[in-house]
Amino acid sequence: MIDIVIGILATFGALFVLFAAIGVVRMPDTYLRISVTTKAATLGVGLVLMSTTVYFSNTDVTSQAFVIILFLFLTAPVSAHLIGRASYFIGVKLWDKSVMDDLRGKYQKNTHVLKSIVDDTPEDNVDHTKMKDK
Amino acid sequence: MTLFEYLHYIILPVLVVSAVLILWRFIKGPSIADKIVSLDLLITTGIGVIAVYSIIYDQSTLMDTALILALIAFLSTVALSYYLEKRKRK
Repeated sequence: MIDIVIGILATFGALFVLFAAIGVVRMPDTYLRISVTTKAATLGVGLVLMSTTVYFSNTDVTSQAFVIILFLFLTAPVSAHLIGRASYFIGVKLWDKSVMDDLRGKYQKNTHVLKSIVDDTPEDNVDHTKMKDK
Repeated sequence: MTLFEYLHYIILPVLVVSAVLILWRFIKGPSIADKIVSLDLLITTGIGVIAVYSIIYDQSTLMDTALILALIAFLSTVALSYYLEKRKRK
């Protein structure tokens, strides 16, 4: 009975990690890839660690696995935000079918200040014209 | 089919296939941000592989390695994106 629970948890965890990998390969844009990485892979690894918890059923392993899960859930959004901000500053292009860019003209390239109004001084803005090739 | 055979022959190959897919994106990735993201995801997949191995070999000590890997993944992503943002010319 406990083997079935472990198998189900490990199956869903491995499937979510596989979906994250397929999404990283198939997504057309850096920002969409960051989105896939944050959600699906974190949930999948969390489920695999839960299966470890069920298998050992031991206070040490349970607390350690929950520490790892808590750490992953805390750090995944932070690192995703940091790498998304950095890739916006270095001018990674958006997908050419992207509908809108809310930050256009608001991040200043030299001072790294986020303004709330659109400020279109041309030498101080990040160039985000969308991808033209394919 | 016992639990260990199931983990050996189904769960581990699925994780390895996803690691190979992520490695393909890591080699190909158009910008350097893609490479950093896929490196982070590769280490996260490695944590899952370590957890499955700790069940198969009945060694709960391997979870320490998973914790250290999670720390290193976060630290490397923060450091790389910090230096990427401070870089003057693109």
